Amino acid sequence: MTGFRTLLHKEVLRFWKVIWQTVAAPVLTALLYLLIFFHVLEGHVQVYPGVSYTAFLMPGLIMMAVLQNAFANGSSSLIQSKITGNLVFVLLAPLSYLEFFLAYLVAAMLRGLLVGTGVAAVGLLFADLPVAHFGWVLAFALASSAAFASVGIVAGIWADKFDHLAGVQNFVIMPLTFLSGVFYSIHSLPAFWQSVSHFNPVFYMIDGFRYGFFGQADTSPWLGLAVVAPSALVLGLLTLLLLRRGYKLRH
Amino acid sequence: MPSPAVRVRGLEKHYGALCALDGIDLDIGEGEFFALLGPNGAGKTTLISILAGLVRPTAGFAQVLGHDVQADYRQVRRLLGVVPQELVFDPFFTVRETLEFQSGYFGLARNEDWIDALLHHLGLADKADSNMRRLSGGMKRRVLVAQALVHKPPVIVLDEPTAGVDVELRQSLWAFIRDLNRQGHTILLTTHYLEEAETLCQRVAMLKAGRIVALDRTDNLLRSCGERHLRLRLAAADLPESLATRLVGRKGDEFILSLPDLDDLEPTLAALRMAGATVLDMGLDQPDLEDIFVRVMGQGTPTPSPSPARGRGALLESLSRPEGKR
Ligand SMILES: Nc1ncnc2c1ncn2[C@@H]1O[C@H](COP(=O)(O)OP(=O)(O)OP(=O)(O)O)[C@@H](O)[C@H]1O
Ligand SMILES: [Mg+2]
Repeated sequence: MTGFRTLLHKEVLRFWKVIWQTVAAPVLTALLYLLIFFHVLEGHVQVYPGVSYTAFLMPGLIMMAVLQNAFANGSSSLIQSKITGNLVFVLLAPLSYLEFFLAYLVAAMLRGLLVGTGVAAVGLLFADLPVAHFGWVLAFALASSAAFASVGIVAGIWADKFDHLAGVQNFVIMPLTFLSGVFYSIHSLPAFWQSVSHFNPVFYMIDGFRYGFFGQADTSPWLGLAVVAPSALVLGLLTLLLLRRGYKLRH
Repeated sequence: MPSPAVRVRGLEKHYGALCALDGIDLDIGEGEFFALLGPNGAGKTTLISILAGLVRPTAGFAQVLGHDVQADYRQVRRLLGVVPQELVFDPFFTVRETLEFQSGYFGLARNEDWIDALLHHLGLADKADSNMRRLSGGMKRRVLVAQALVHKPPVIVLDEPTAGVDVELRQSLWAFIRDLNRQGHTILLTTHYLEEAETLCQRVAMLKAGRIVALDRTDNLLRSCGERHLRLRLAAADLPESLATRLVGRKGDEFILSLPDLDDLEPTLAALRMAGATVLDMGLDQPDLEDIFVRVMGQGTPTPSPSPARGRGALLESLSRPEGKR
Protein backbone atom coordinates (compact mmCIF):
# COMPACT_ATOMS: atom_id res chain seq x y z
CA MET A 1 0.00 0.00 0.00
CA THR A 2 2.82 2.42 0.77
CA GLY A 3 4.11 1.98 -2.76
CA PHE A 4 0.73 2.82 -4.29
CA ARG A 5 0.19 5.75 -1.93
CA THR A 6 3.62 7.19 -2.67
CA LEU A 7 3.24 6.93 -6.43
CA LEU A 8 -0.23 8.46 -6.22
CA HIS A 9 1.10 11.26 -4.04
CA LYS A 10 3.92 11.89 -6.49
CA GLU A 11 1.55 11.95 -9.45
CA VAL A 12 -0.83 14.34 -7.71
CA LEU A 13 2.04 16.59 -6.62
CA ARG A 14 3.32 16.60 -10.19
CA PHE A 15 0.21 18.35 -11.52
CA TRP A 16 -0.38 20.29 -8.33
CA LYS A 17 3.00 22.01 -8.63
CA VAL A 18 1.97 23.35 -12.04
CA ILE A 19 -1.67 23.90 -11.21
CA TRP A 20 -1.90 26.98 -13.41
CA GLN A 21 -1.27 24.87 -16.47
CA THR A 22 -3.02 21.72 -15.39
CA VAL A 23 -6.17 23.02 -13.72
CA ALA A 24 -6.55 26.79 -14.09
CA ALA A 25 -5.92 26.82 -17.86
CA PRO A 26 -8.65 24.33 -18.80
CA VAL A 27 -11.08 26.07 -16.45
CA LEU A 28 -10.33 29.32 -18.24
CA THR A 29 -11.00 27.67 -21.61
CA ALA A 30 -14.40 26.49 -20.38
CA LEU A 31 -15.09 29.98 -19.07
CA LEU A 32 -14.48 31.39 -22.56
CA TYR A 33 -16.92 28.88 -24.07
CA LEU A 34 -19.51 29.86 -21.51
CA LEU A 35 -19.00 33.59 -22.09
CA ILE A 36 -19.47 33.22 -25.83
CA PHE A 37 -22.40 30.85 -25.76
CA PHE A 38 -24.09 32.76 -22.97
CA HIS A 39 -24.10 35.98 -24.98
CA VAL A 40 -24.75 34.51 -28.41
CA LEU A 41 -27.22 31.73 -27.84
CA GLU A 42 -28.87 32.30 -24.49
CA GLY A 43 -32.59 32.90 -25.09
CA HIS A 44 -32.37 31.75 -28.74
CA VAL A 45 -31.96 28.05 -28.22
CA GLN A 46 -33.82 25.81 -25.85
CA VAL A 47 -33.01 22.12 -25.90
CA TYR A 48 -35.10 20.83 -23.03
CA PRO A 49 -38.20 22.63 -21.75
CA GLY A 50 -37.45 24.74 -18.72
CA VAL A 51 -33.64 24.46 -19.13
CA SER A 52 -31.74 27.50 -20.34
CA TYR A 53 -29.14 26.87 -23.04
CA THR A 54 -26.28 27.84 -20.75
CA ALA A 55 -27.51 25.43 -18.11
CA PHE A 56 -27.89 22.76 -20.79
CA LEU A 57 -24.34 23.41 -21.92
CA MET A 58 -22.75 23.13 -18.49
CA PRO A 59 -22.83 19.37 -17.89
CA GLY A 60 -21.37 18.85 -21.36
CA LEU A 61 -18.59 21.35 -20.77
CA ILE A 62 -17.87 19.89 -17.34
CA MET A 63 -17.72 16.37 -18.70
CA MET A 64 -15.56 17.43 -21.62
CA ALA A 65 -13.09 19.04 -19.21
CA VAL A 66 -13.12 15.94 -16.99
CA LEU A 67 -12.41 13.65 -19.94
CA GLN A 68 -9.72 15.76 -21.55
CA ASN A 69 -7.85 16.30 -18.32
CA ALA A 70 -8.12 12.72 -17.14
CA PHE A 71 -6.61 11.77 -20.48
CA ALA A 72 -3.96 14.48 -20.36
CA ASN A 73 -2.66 13.68 -16.90
CA GLY A 74 -1.56 10.09 -17.30
CA SER A 75 -0.42 10.53 -20.87
CA SER A 76 1.72 13.61 -20.31
CA SER A 77 3.19 12.33 -17.08
CA LEU A 78 4.22 9.04 -18.66
CA ILE A 79 5.63 10.51 -21.84
CA GLN A 80 7.65 13.05 -19.85
CA SER A 81 9.00 10.33 -17.58
CA LYS A 82 9.84 8.16 -20.55
CA ILE A 83 11.58 10.91 -22.46
CA THR A 84 13.55 12.21 -19.49
CA GLY A 85 14.23 8.62 -18.42
CA ASN A 86 13.11 9.02 -14.83
CA LEU A 87 10.41 6.37 -15.24
CA VAL A 88 13.27 4.00 -14.42
CA PHE A 89 12.88 4.86 -10.73
CA VAL A 90 9.35 3.50 -10.76
CA LEU A 91 10.33 0.55 -12.93
CA LEU A 92 13.13 -0.41 -10.52
CA ALA A 93 10.80 -0.42 -7.53
CA PRO A 94 8.87 -3.45 -6.33
CA LEU A 95 5.49 -1.96 -7.26
CA SER A 96 2.94 -4.42 -8.59
CA TYR A 97 1.36 -3.72 -11.96
CA LEU A 98 -1.90 -3.08 -10.18
CA GLU A 99 -0.32 -0.49 -7.86
CA PHE A 100 1.34 1.23 -10.82
CA PHE A 101 -1.94 1.27 -12.76
CA LEU A 102 -4.12 2.43 -9.88
CA ALA A 103 -1.76 5.24 -8.90
CA TYR A 104 -1.73 6.72 -12.41
CA LEU A 105 -5.46 6.07 -12.77
CA VAL A 106 -6.52 7.75 -9.55
CA ALA A 107 -4.22 10.73 -10.07
CA ALA A 108 -5.64 11.27 -13.54
CA MET A 109 -9.21 10.94 -12.29
CA LEU A 110 -8.49 13.42 -9.52
CA ARG A 111 -7.18 15.97 -11.96
CA GLY A 112 -10.14 15.44 -14.27
CA LEU A 113 -12.64 15.80 -11.45
CA LEU A 114 -10.82 18.82 -10.05
CA VAL A 115 -10.98 20.61 -13.39
CA GLY A 116 -14.62 19.54 -13.76
CA THR A 117 -15.42 21.05 -10.38
CA GLY A 118 -13.65 24.25 -11.40
CA VAL A 119 -15.69 24.45 -14.60
CA ALA A 120 -18.89 23.88 -12.61
CA ALA A 121 -17.91 26.67 -10.22
CA VAL A 122 -17.35 29.26 -12.95
CA GLY A 123 -20.48 27.99 -14.74
CA LEU A 124 -22.57 28.94 -11.74
CA LEU A 125 -21.71 32.57 -12.50
CA PHE A 126 -23.82 32.26 -15.65
CA ALA A 127 -26.68 29.98 -14.79
CA ASP A 128 -28.11 27.89 -12.02
CA LEU A 129 -27.44 24.22 -12.31
CA PRO A 130 -30.02 21.97 -10.65
CA VAL A 131 -28.97 18.54 -9.45
CA ALA A 132 -31.81 16.09 -9.98
CA HIS A 133 -29.97 12.85 -9.18
CA PHE A 134 -26.56 13.29 -7.58
CA GLY A 135 -25.95 9.53 -7.76
CA TRP A 136 -26.02 9.61 -11.56
CA VAL A 137 -23.79 12.67 -11.65
CA LEU A 138 -21.22 10.88 -9.52
CA ALA A 139 -21.51 7.54 -11.28
CA PHE A 140 -20.93 9.06 -14.74
CA ALA A 141 -18.17 11.35 -13.49
CA LEU A 142 -16.28 8.42 -11.96
CA ALA A 143 -16.79 5.85 -14.71
CA SER A 144 -16.08 8.31 -17.52
CA SER A 145 -12.97 9.80 -15.93
CA ALA A 146 -11.69 6.27 -15.21
CA ALA A 147 -12.18 5.29 -18.85
CA PHE A 148 -10.30 8.30 -20.18
CA ALA A 149 -7.61 8.02 -17.52
CA SER A 150 -6.92 4.50 -18.80
CA VAL A 151 -6.85 5.71 -22.39
CA GLY A 152 -4.36 8.37 -21.30
CA ILE A 153 -2.12 5.81 -19.61
CA VAL A 154 -2.15 3.57 -22.69
CA ALA A 155 -1.43 6.54 -24.95
CA GLY A 156 1.42 7.63 -22.68
CA ILE A 157 2.93 4.16 -22.73
CA TRP A 158 2.50 3.81 -26.47
CA ALA A 159 3.72 7.24 -27.58
CA ASP A 160 7.42 7.74 -28.29
CA LYS A 161 7.21 11.51 -28.53
CA PHE A 162 4.89 14.38 -27.75
CA ASP A 163 3.73 14.49 -31.40
CA HIS A 164 2.18 11.06 -31.04
CA LEU A 165 0.16 12.26 -28.07
CA ALA A 166 -0.92 15.40 -29.86
CA GLY A 167 -2.12 13.13 -32.66
CA VAL A 168 -4.28 11.08 -30.31
CA GLN A 169 -5.54 14.28 -28.71
CA ASN A 170 -6.48 15.92 -32.01
CA PHE A 171 -7.70 12.94 -34.01
CA VAL A 172 -9.36 10.80 -31.36
CA ILE A 173 -10.16 12.67 -28.17
CA MET A 174 -11.31 15.97 -29.64
CA PRO A 175 -13.63 14.52 -32.33
CA LEU A 176 -15.11 12.03 -29.88
CA THR A 177 -15.87 14.72 -27.33
CA PHE A 178 -17.08 17.39 -29.75
CA LEU A 179 -19.32 14.96 -31.66
CA SER A 180 -20.97 13.67 -28.53
CA GLY A 181 -23.59 16.26 -27.80
CA VAL A 182 -21.67 18.68 -25.63
CA PHE A 183 -23.23 21.62 -27.45
CA TYR A 184 -26.50 20.11 -28.67
CA SER A 185 -29.04 17.37 -28.17
CA ILE A 186 -28.48 14.61 -30.69
CA HIS A 187 -32.20 14.81 -31.45
CA SER A 188 -31.40 17.99 -33.34
CA LEU A 189 -29.12 15.99 -35.69
CA PRO A 190 -30.19 14.33 -38.96
CA ALA A 191 -31.17 10.68 -38.49
CA PHE A 192 -27.88 9.33 -39.85
CA TRP A 193 -25.72 11.30 -37.42
CA GLN A 194 -28.08 10.43 -34.61
CA SER A 195 -27.43 6.76 -35.13
CA VAL A 196 -23.68 7.37 -35.52
CA SER A 197 -23.72 9.18 -32.18
CA HIS A 198 -25.08 6.05 -30.54
CA PHE A 199 -21.78 4.33 -31.32
CA ASN A 200 -19.79 7.04 -29.58
CA PRO A 201 -19.26 6.08 -25.94
CA VAL A 202 -18.60 9.72 -25.07
CA PHE A 203 -22.17 10.50 -26.06
CA TYR A 204 -23.39 8.23 -23.26
CA MET A 205 -20.97 9.77 -20.78
CA ILE A 206 -22.28 13.25 -21.43
CA ASP A 207 -25.89 12.24 -21.79
CA GLY A 208 -25.96 10.23 -18.57
CA PHE A 209 -24.12 13.00 -16.74
CA ARG A 210 -26.65 15.52 -18.02
CA TYR A 211 -29.50 13.28 -16.87
CA GLY A 212 -28.08 13.51 -13.36
CA PHE A 213 -28.56 17.28 -13.42
CA PHE A 214 -31.86 17.75 -15.26
CA GLY A 215 -33.61 14.41 -14.83
CA GLN A 216 -34.03 14.33 -18.61
CA ALA A 217 -31.67 13.47 -21.45
CA ASP A 218 -31.52 11.88 -24.89
CA THR A 219 -31.40 8.26 -23.69
CA SER A 220 -31.86 6.35 -20.48
CA PRO A 221 -29.05 6.69 -17.94
CA TRP A 222 -29.21 2.93 -17.42
CA LEU A 223 -28.35 2.34 -21.04
CA GLY A 224 -25.59 4.91 -20.65
CA LEU A 225 -24.18 3.17 -17.60
CA ALA A 226 -24.39 -0.17 -19.39
CA VAL A 227 -22.10 1.29 -22.05
CA VAL A 228 -19.79 3.43 -19.94
CA ALA A 229 -19.06 1.16 -16.98
CA PRO A 230 -18.03 -1.85 -19.09
CA SER A 231 -15.98 0.48 -21.32
CA ALA A 232 -14.10 1.74 -18.29
CA LEU A 233 -13.58 -1.81 -17.06
CA VAL A 234 -12.35 -3.14 -20.39
CA LEU A 235 -10.01 -0.18 -20.88
CA GLY A 236 -8.68 -0.66 -17.35
CA LEU A 237 -8.06 -4.35 -17.91
CA LEU A 238 -6.39 -3.65 -21.23
CA THR A 239 -4.07 -1.14 -19.53
CA LEU A 240 -3.19 -3.66 -16.84
CA LEU A 241 -2.49 -6.28 -19.47
CA LEU A 242 -0.14 -3.94 -21.34
CA LEU A 243 1.66 -3.12 -18.10
CA ARG A 244 2.04 -6.81 -17.29
CA ARG A 245 3.40 -7.47 -20.75
CA GLY A 246 5.89 -4.66 -20.18
CA TYR A 247 4.70 -3.19 -23.50
CA LYS A 248 7.15 -0.43 -24.50
CA LEU A 249 8.36 -0.12 -20.92
CA ARG A 250 10.47 -3.26 -20.51
CA HIS A 251 12.25 -4.41 -23.66
CA MET B 1 24.59 -24.20 -0.11
CA PRO B 2 23.27 -20.65 -0.02
CA SER B 3 22.29 -19.05 -3.32
CA PRO B 4 24.85 -16.69 -4.80
CA ALA B 5 24.02 -13.00 -4.88
CA VAL B 6 23.74 -13.14 -8.64
CA ARG B 7 23.43 -16.21 -10.84
CA VAL B 8 23.18 -15.98 -14.59
CA ARG B 9 22.96 -18.94 -16.96
CA GLY B 10 22.97 -19.03 -20.73
CA LEU B 11 21.79 -15.44 -20.83
CA GLU B 12 21.16 -14.02 -24.28
CA LYS B 13 19.65 -10.78 -25.47
CA HIS B 14 19.06 -10.02 -29.11
CA TYR B 15 17.91 -6.71 -30.50
CA GLY B 16 16.87 -7.75 -33.99
CA ALA B 17 20.04 -8.99 -35.66
CA LEU B 18 22.23 -7.50 -32.96
CA CYS B 19 23.35 -9.84 -30.23
CA ALA B 20 23.90 -7.69 -27.13
CA LEU B 21 24.48 -10.68 -24.85
CA ASP B 22 25.63 -13.96 -26.31
CA GLY B 23 25.39 -16.67 -23.68
CA ILE B 24 26.56 -15.34 -20.32
CA ASP B 25 27.21 -17.67 -17.38
CA LEU B 26 28.18 -15.95 -14.18
CA ASP B 27 27.98 -16.38 -10.42
CA ILE B 28 28.69 -13.57 -8.00
CA GLY B 29 28.99 -14.68 -4.39
CA GLU B 30 27.34 -12.94 -1.48
CA GLY B 31 29.55 -10.19 -0.11
CA GLU B 32 31.75 -9.96 -3.19
CA PHE B 33 32.99 -6.71 -4.67
CA PHE B 34 32.76 -7.54 -8.35
CA ALA B 35 33.66 -5.57 -11.46
CA LEU B 36 32.08 -5.98 -14.87
CA LEU B 37 34.41 -4.44 -17.43
CA GLY B 38 34.25 -4.05 -21.15
CA PRO B 39 34.38 -1.50 -23.94
CA ASN B 40 31.38 0.59 -25.01
CA GLY B 41 28.60 -1.61 -26.30
CA ALA B 42 29.98 -4.79 -24.74
CA GLY B 43 26.66 -5.51 -23.03
CA LYS B 44 27.31 -4.44 -19.43
CA THR B 45 24.25 -2.26 -19.10
CA THR B 46 22.14 -4.87 -20.86
CA LEU B 47 23.18 -7.48 -18.31
CA ILE B 48 22.42 -5.13 -15.43
CA SER B 49 19.08 -4.18 -16.96
CA ILE B 50 18.10 -7.83 -17.14
CA LEU B 51 18.92 -8.26 -13.45
CA ALA B 52 16.80 -5.21 -12.68
CA GLY B 53 13.91 -6.45 -14.81
CA LEU B 54 14.12 -3.46 -17.17
CA VAL B 55 15.02 -5.70 -20.09
CA ARG B 56 13.73 -9.19 -20.74
CA PRO B 57 16.23 -11.81 -21.85
CA THR B 58 15.86 -13.62 -25.16
CA ALA B 59 17.17 -16.85 -23.61
CA GLY B 60 18.58 -18.08 -20.33
CA PHE B 61 17.76 -16.93 -16.83
CA ALA B 62 19.03 -14.69 -14.07
CA GLN B 63 18.58 -14.92 -10.31
CA VAL B 64 19.28 -12.56 -7.45
CA LEU B 65 19.84 -14.30 -4.13
CA GLY B 66 17.97 -17.31 -5.49
CA HIS B 67 14.98 -15.40 -6.85
CA ASP B 68 14.23 -15.45 -10.54
CA VAL B 69 14.31 -11.91 -11.91
CA GLN B 70 11.14 -12.44 -13.93
CA ALA B 71 8.96 -14.84 -11.97
CA ASP B 72 9.81 -13.22 -8.65
CA TYR B 73 10.28 -9.66 -9.83
CA ARG B 74 9.02 -7.87 -6.76
CA GLN B 75 11.31 -9.74 -4.39
CA VAL B 76 14.28 -9.23 -6.72
CA ARG B 77 13.70 -5.49 -6.85
CA ARG B 78 13.63 -5.31 -3.07
CA LEU B 79 17.00 -7.06 -2.97
CA LEU B 80 18.57 -4.93 -5.65
CA GLY B 81 19.70 -1.30 -5.63
CA VAL B 82 20.62 -0.06 -9.08
CA VAL B 83 22.44 3.14 -9.99
CA PRO B 84 21.54 3.64 -13.66
CA GLN B 85 24.19 4.73 -16.11
CA GLU B 86 22.13 7.56 -17.57
CA LEU B 87 21.96 10.75 -15.57
CA VAL B 88 18.20 10.84 -15.03
CA PHE B 89 16.15 12.87 -12.58
CA ASP B 90 12.66 14.20 -12.06
CA PRO B 91 12.73 17.97 -12.53
CA PHE B 92 9.55 18.48 -10.52
CA PHE B 93 11.06 17.63 -7.15
CA THR B 94 13.76 18.46 -4.63
CA VAL B 95 16.52 16.09 -3.56
CA ARG B 96 14.73 15.17 -0.37
CA GLU B 97 11.40 14.65 -2.10
CA THR B 98 13.14 12.44 -4.65
CA LEU B 99 14.56 10.26 -1.88
CA GLU B 100 11.30 10.17 0.07
CA PHE B 101 9.39 9.06 -3.01
CA GLN B 102 11.98 6.42 -3.78
CA SER B 103 11.68 5.12 -0.20
CA GLY B 104 7.92 5.05 -0.54
CA TYR B 105 8.06 3.02 -3.74
CA PHE B 106 9.96 0.44 -1.73
CA GLY B 107 7.28 0.45 0.94
CA LEU B 108 9.22 2.55 3.47
CA ALA B 109 6.93 5.22 4.82
CA ARG B 110 9.34 6.60 7.41
CA ASN B 111 12.94 6.63 6.27
CA GLU B 112 14.18 10.06 7.40
CA ASP B 113 17.13 8.82 9.44
CA TRP B 114 18.59 6.77 6.65
CA ILE B 115 17.86 9.50 4.10
CA ASP B 116 19.75 11.97 6.30
CA ALA B 117 22.63 9.53 6.61
CA LEU B 118 22.74 9.06 2.84
CA LEU B 119 22.65 12.82 2.26
CA HIS B 120 25.52 13.19 4.69
CA HIS B 121 27.68 10.39 3.29
CA LEU B 122 27.21 11.59 -0.26
CA GLY B 123 27.89 15.25 0.54
CA LEU B 124 24.35 16.31 -0.32
CA ALA B 125 23.21 17.58 3.08
CA ASP B 126 23.23 21.24 2.02
CA LYS B 127 21.40 20.43 -1.23
CA ALA B 128 18.55 18.52 0.40
CA ASP B 129 15.95 21.15 -0.42
CA SER B 130 17.28 22.20 -3.81
CA ASN B 131 15.31 21.33 -6.88
CA MET B 132 16.91 18.53 -8.89
CA ARG B 133 17.10 20.85 -11.89
CA ARG B 134 19.48 23.16 -10.07
CA LEU B 135 22.08 20.51 -9.25
CA SER B 136 25.30 20.09 -11.18
CA GLY B 137 25.86 16.86 -13.09
CA GLY B 138 28.03 15.33 -10.38
CA MET B 139 25.47 16.24 -7.73
CA LYS B 140 22.73 14.57 -9.74
CA ARG B 141 24.90 11.47 -9.96
CA ARG B 142 25.18 11.46 -6.16
CA VAL B 143 21.41 11.61 -5.86
CA LEU B 144 21.19 8.60 -8.18
CA VAL B 145 23.48 6.71 -5.84
CA ALA B 146 21.40 7.74 -2.84
CA GLN B 147 18.20 6.67 -4.60
CA ALA B 148 19.63 3.21 -5.22
CA LEU B 149 20.42 2.84 -1.52
CA VAL B 150 17.22 4.08 0.14
CA HIS B 151 16.08 0.55 0.92
CA LYS B 152 19.51 -0.74 2.01
CA PRO B 153 19.58 -3.42 -0.68
CA PRO B 154 21.80 -6.45 -0.05
CA VAL B 155 22.95 -6.38 -3.69
CA ILE B 156 24.10 -3.03 -5.02
CA VAL B 157 24.65 -2.52 -8.74
CA LEU B 158 26.53 0.55 -9.89
CA ASP B 159 26.62 1.27 -13.62
CA GLU B 160 29.47 3.73 -14.04
CA PRO B 161 28.74 5.61 -10.84
CA THR B 162 31.84 7.80 -11.04
CA ALA B 163 31.41 9.15 -14.56
CA GLY B 164 31.58 12.92 -14.24
CA VAL B 165 32.18 12.88 -10.51
CA ASP B 166 35.01 14.91 -8.96
CA VAL B 167 37.98 13.33 -7.19
CA GLU B 168 36.82 14.16 -3.70
CA LEU B 169 33.41 12.57 -4.09
CA ARG B 170 34.88 9.63 -5.90
CA GLN B 171 36.99 8.90 -2.86
CA SER B 172 34.22 9.45 -0.36
CA LEU B 173 31.82 7.46 -2.53
CA TRP B 174 34.17 4.50 -2.66
CA ALA B 175 34.87 4.72 1.06
CA PHE B 176 31.12 4.58 1.63
CA ILE B 177 30.55 1.71 -0.80
CA ARG B 178 33.49 -0.18 0.69
CA ASP B 179 31.95 0.26 4.08
CA LEU B 180 28.67 -1.17 2.81
CA ASN B 181 30.61 -4.06 1.29
CA ARG B 182 32.30 -4.72 4.65
CA GLN B 183 28.87 -4.83 6.25
CA GLY B 184 28.00 -7.63 3.86
CA HIS B 185 26.44 -5.91 0.87
CA THR B 186 27.37 -7.44 -2.47
CA ILE B 187 28.65 -4.88 -4.95
CA LEU B 188 28.52 -5.21 -8.73
CA LEU B 189 30.27 -2.38 -10.48
CA THR B 190 30.91 -1.31 -14.04
CA THR B 191 33.45 1.36 -14.77
CA HIS B 192 35.80 2.53 -17.46
CA TYR B 193 38.30 3.64 -14.79
CA LEU B 194 40.23 0.42 -14.48
CA GLU B 195 42.31 1.55 -11.50
CA GLU B 196 39.06 1.76 -9.56
CA ALA B 197 38.19 -1.82 -10.39
CA GLU B 198 41.72 -2.93 -9.61
CA THR B 199 41.86 -1.42 -6.16
CA LEU B 200 38.26 -2.13 -5.16
CA CYS B 201 37.19 -5.41 -6.67
CA GLN B 202 38.12 -8.90 -5.64
CA ARG B 203 36.92 -10.37 -8.88
CA VAL B 204 36.59 -9.12 -12.41
CA ALA B 205 34.69 -10.21 -15.50
CA MET B 206 35.59 -8.75 -18.85
CA LEU B 207 32.89 -8.58 -21.45
CA LYS B 208 33.40 -8.22 -25.16
CA ALA B 209 30.65 -8.23 -27.77
CA GLY B 210 28.25 -9.89 -25.36
CA ARG B 211 30.57 -12.66 -24.20
CA ILE B 212 32.72 -13.09 -21.12
CA VAL B 213 36.33 -13.15 -22.27
CA ALA B 214 37.99 -13.11 -18.85
CA LEU B 215 36.71 -14.02 -15.43
CA ASP B 216 38.99 -14.37 -12.46
CA ARG B 217 40.15 -12.94 -9.18
CA THR B 218 41.80 -9.59 -9.73
CA ASP B 219 45.10 -10.74 -8.21
CA ASN B 220 45.13 -13.87 -10.37
CA LEU B 221 44.57 -11.80 -13.45
CA LEU B 222 47.39 -9.47 -12.50
CA ARG B 223 49.68 -12.44 -11.82
CA SER B 224 48.74 -14.36 -14.93
CA CYS B 225 49.85 -11.43 -16.94
CA GLY B 226 52.95 -11.09 -14.80
CA GLU B 227 55.13 -9.14 -17.12
CA ARG B 228 56.87 -6.42 -15.14
CA HIS B 229 59.04 -3.85 -16.79
CA LEU B 230 62.26 -2.35 -15.49
CA ARG B 231 62.93 1.15 -16.71
CA LEU B 232 66.56 2.17 -16.68
CA ARG B 233 68.39 5.38 -17.40
CA LEU B 234 72.11 4.83 -17.73
CA ALA B 235 75.09 7.14 -17.86
CA ALA B 236 76.26 5.27 -20.94
CA ALA B 237 74.46 5.54 -24.25
CA ASP B 238 74.15 1.80 -24.74
CA LEU B 239 72.75 -1.07 -22.82
CA PRO B 240 75.29 -3.73 -21.80
CA GLU B 241 75.37 -6.52 -24.39
CA SER B 242 74.40 -9.16 -21.83
CA LEU B 243 70.99 -7.50 -21.30
CA ALA B 244 70.06 -7.09 -24.96
CA THR B 245 67.72 -10.06 -24.86
CA ARG B 246 65.66 -8.40 -22.14
CA LEU B 247 65.17 -5.17 -24.02
CA VAL B 248 61.58 -4.68 -25.17
CA GLY B 249 61.53 -1.00 -25.94
CA ARG B 250 62.87 2.48 -25.38
CA LYS B 251 61.15 5.55 -24.17
CA GLY B 252 63.22 8.72 -24.50
CA ASP B 253 66.56 7.94 -22.95
CA GLU B 254 65.14 5.06 -20.93
CA PHE B 255 65.62 1.40 -21.68
CA ILE B 256 62.67 -0.82 -20.97
CA LEU B 257 63.52 -4.34 -19.96
CA SER B 258 61.14 -7.22 -19.54
CA LEU B 259 61.12 -8.80 -16.12
CA PRO B 260 58.80 -11.83 -16.20
CA ASP B 261 59.44 -12.57 -12.56
CA LEU B 262 60.69 -10.55 -9.60
CA ASP B 263 63.44 -13.18 -9.25
CA ASP B 264 64.85 -11.84 -12.51
CA LEU B 265 65.61 -8.49 -10.87
CA GLU B 266 68.77 -9.45 -9.02
CA PRO B 267 70.50 -11.12 -12.03
CA THR B 268 69.67 -8.07 -14.12
CA LEU B 269 71.23 -5.72 -11.58
CA ALA B 270 74.22 -8.03 -11.32
CA ALA B 271 74.65 -7.89 -15.09
CA LEU B 272 74.64 -4.10 -14.92
CA ARG B 273 77.33 -4.11 -12.26
CA MET B 274 79.40 -6.63 -14.19
CA ALA B 275 79.32 -4.40 -17.23
CA GLY B 276 80.29 -1.42 -15.04
CA ALA B 277 77.20 0.54 -16.06
CA THR B 278 76.15 3.54 -13.94
CA VAL B 279 72.44 3.71 -13.22
CA LEU B 280 71.09 7.26 -13.09
CA ASP B 281 67.47 6.35 -12.53
CA MET B 282 65.32 3.28 -12.48
CA GLY B 283 61.74 2.25 -11.90
CA LEU B 284 59.62 -0.88 -11.86
CA ASP B 285 56.30 -1.00 -13.68
CA GLN B 286 53.79 -3.48 -12.35
CA PRO B 287 51.27 -4.79 -14.83
CA ASP B 288 47.87 -3.34 -14.10
CA LEU B 289 44.34 -4.15 -15.04
CA GLU B 290 44.51 -1.80 -17.95
CA ASP B 291 47.34 -3.83 -19.51
CA ILE B 292 45.34 -6.97 -19.09
CA PHE B 293 42.20 -5.33 -20.40
CA VAL B 294 43.97 -4.08 -23.50
CA ARG B 295 45.52 -7.48 -24.03
CA VAL B 296 42.31 -9.42 -23.57
CA MET B 297 40.30 -7.08 -25.75
CA GLY B 298 43.00 -7.14 -28.40
CA GLN B 299 42.66 -10.87 -28.91
CA GLY B 300 40.75 -11.73 -32.06
CA THR B 301 38.27 -14.35 -31.03
CA PRO B 302 36.93 -14.41 -27.50
CA THR B 303 37.86 -17.51 -25.51
CA PRO B 304 36.22 -18.49 -22.25
CA SER B 305 39.47 -18.16 -20.30
CA PRO B 306 42.17 -16.02 -21.78
CA SER B 307 45.54 -17.61 -22.32
CA PRO B 308 47.96 -14.85 -21.49
CA ALA B 309 49.48 -14.60 -24.91
CA ARG B 310 52.56 -12.46 -24.64
CA GLY B 311 52.36 -11.02 -28.07
CA ARG B 312 54.57 -8.14 -28.93
CA GLY B 313 51.57 -6.05 -29.96
CA ALA B 314 50.05 -6.26 -26.53
CA LEU B 315 53.36 -5.43 -24.95
CA LEU B 316 53.85 -2.34 -26.99
CA GLU B 317 50.37 -1.20 -26.10
CA SER B 318 51.09 -1.68 -22.44
CA LEU B 319 54.23 0.35 -22.84
CA SER B 320 52.41 3.32 -24.22
CA ARG B 321 50.26 3.89 -21.20
CA PRO B 322 50.38 7.26 -19.50
CA GLU B 323 53.37 8.43 -17.52
CA GLY B 324 53.39 8.17 -13.79
CA LYS B 325 51.43 4.94 -13.51
CA ARG B 326 53.55 2.21 -12.05
N1 LIG C 1 17.06 -0.77 -26.68
C1 LIG C 1 18.01 -1.20 -27.53
N2 LIG C 1 17.72 -1.43 -28.81
C2 LIG C 1 18.66 -1.85 -29.67
N3 LIG C 1 19.94 -2.09 -29.34
C3 LIG C 1 20.29 -1.87 -28.06
C4 LIG C 1 19.36 -1.42 -27.10
N4 LIG C 1 20.00 -1.30 -25.91
C5 LIG C 1 21.27 -1.64 -26.15
N5 LIG C 1 21.46 -2.00 -27.43
C6 LIG C 1 22.72 -2.47 -28.03
O1 LIG C 1 23.23 -3.52 -27.23
C7 LIG C 1 24.64 -3.45 -27.17
C8 LIG C 1 25.09 -3.48 -25.73
O2 LIG C 1 24.75 -2.25 -25.13
P1 LIG C 1 25.03 -1.93 -23.61
O3 LIG C 1 24.34 -0.65 -23.30
O4 LIG C 1 24.69 -3.10 -22.79
O5 LIG C 1 26.59 -1.71 -23.62
P2 LIG C 1 27.55 -1.30 -22.40
O6 LIG C 1 28.52 -2.39 -22.22
O7 LIG C 1 26.76 -0.89 -21.23
O8 LIG C 1 28.29 -0.04 -23.04
P3 LIG C 1 28.77 1.35 -22.35
O9 LIG C 1 30.11 1.11 -21.78
O10 LIG C 1 28.85 2.27 -23.53
O11 LIG C 1 27.75 1.75 -21.35
C9 LIG C 1 25.05 -2.22 -27.94
O12 LIG C 1 25.47 -2.61 -29.22
C10 LIG C 1 23.80 -1.40 -28.01
O13 LIG C 1 23.77 -0.64 -29.19
MG1 LIG D 1 26.52 0.81 -20.21
